[in-house]
Amino acid sequence: MAEAEVRKRTGVIFVTAIVAQVLLVSAQVQTRSGVRVLEAVSFGAFARVQGVTSSAVRGVRDVWSNYAELRGAREENQGLKQQLAAMEIQLQEQRALAARTTKLQELLELQQSAELPTVAAEVIGGNPNAMAGIREITIGRGTADGVQAGMAVMAPHGIVGRVIGQPAARAARVQLLIDRYAAAGALTERTRAGGMVVGAERQPPLAMELVSNLQDVKPGDLIVTSGIDGIYPKGFAIGWVENVERTKGLYLSIAVKPAVDFSSLEEVLVVLVPPRPALADEESPRGGGTAK
Amino acid sequence: MKLAVVFAALVAALLFQTTVAGMTLHGGTLVNFVLIAVVCIALSLGALTGLLAGAAGGLVQDAVAGGVVGIGGLSKTLVGFLVGVFGAQFIVSQPLPRLVMFIGGTVLHELCFQSLYALVELRSVQFAWGTMLTQAAINGIIGVLALQIVESAPGLKQRREARRASFARKRF
Repeated sequence: MAEAEVRKRTGVIFVTAIVAQVLLVSAQVQTRSGVRVLEAVSFGAFARVQGVTSSAVRGVRDVWSNYAELRGAREENQGLKQQLAAMEIQLQEQRALAARTTKLQELLELQQSAELPTVAAEVIGGNPNAMAGIREITIGRGTADGVQAGMAVMAPHGIVGRVIGQPAARAARVQLLIDRYAAAGALTERTRAGGMVVGAERQPPLAMELVSNLQDVKPGDLIVTSGIDGIYPKGFAIGWVENVERTKGLYLSIAVKPAVDFSSLEEVLVVLVPPRPALADEESPRGGGTAK
Repeated sequence: MKLAVVFAALVAALLFQTTVAGMTLHGGTLVNFVLIAVVCIALSLGALTGLLAGAAGGLVQDAVAGGVVGIGGLSKTLVGFLVGVFGAQFIVSQPLPRLVMFIGGTVLHELCFQSLYALVELRSVQFAWGTMLTQAAINGIIGVLALQIVESAPGLKQRREARRASFARKRF
């Protein structure tokens, strides 16, 4: 027991003596850079300890700051979500406003280019009985604005339809050209082949009838109004020929793709030119005016 | 008593080293009296005393000789400790084992000393094996003789006193 104690004490003293003398030597010796070894070693060791301590302190501080930030993150998240929702709504409103501005600008350009008296009208309703093949809209202009039955209605890209029935003071019904009972005098722009465009209950929703088998009509030909119906002014776009079939009869079967997107009508122009009396007196199956 | 003996041995060794060995140009390299004293102390009194004697003797020798203080002390501390440990583990009462211990201690001391100096001076270490082995042999011889003398000194005194007493009885 005592021998072990002596050995242990001897070992401790030996190590102490060695370390002390190593430190003593280090204190006298300089490195290549002129710094004493003891200083360099102690500085390096202390710097390492400092680095470890600094890392530990920084880690604790980061953990604490993360925790503190997380505490407020939920409320901030809720607020940001609400703000984002409001911004999305605002963005949609701005987009809608921009789209409407574009359409109004196109409408204004049409109004200025057409040498016809027109009045702009807002679409305030539509498609009351679409399943029956009836295609109508309601516009926010009426007799107070000079709108009369049978007047043509246009959009920037082409013909929309005509006013049907007796307009109210501030509203009027418009029969769209794609209505199964609507019709308009038309001709192909390229070959001037005349005929009549009518609503068709299929795709595309327009068809050109009464065009002779002898006429030269090709897909892609532009169909414009001929003006012979007394309602629609001459030269306005109706659509493009999509398909042409020669039948056994006298006439071609022509499918026409409308120039106007009837599903997104918001603003239209009413041509304030009354239809010719003879044609205006003809009665359509649903309330007067030009019809098939 | 033990401390006084160690102190006396170290002082004597230092005096010899600085006077007798230092008188000649190569005397300092042919014999190391302080190292001899340390090995003797370690063999006689154990590892703890040996390492303390090595540390003290080496530091003083470094301080007297000039240079980096601590290198000689470190080397002699190591030698004193290891010789003390080996002396306790093996029977080293005969001259030949003692000679081996002195030679081994000297070689270890020189290796450690030269290596540390090379390390401190940032140069490659080169050992002068001939000089080292010569010093080891001389240290060994002197050390073994010194130990024999020291160990025979008490018996010599007793024998002399006994002879004086016998001579007195015959006279009276």
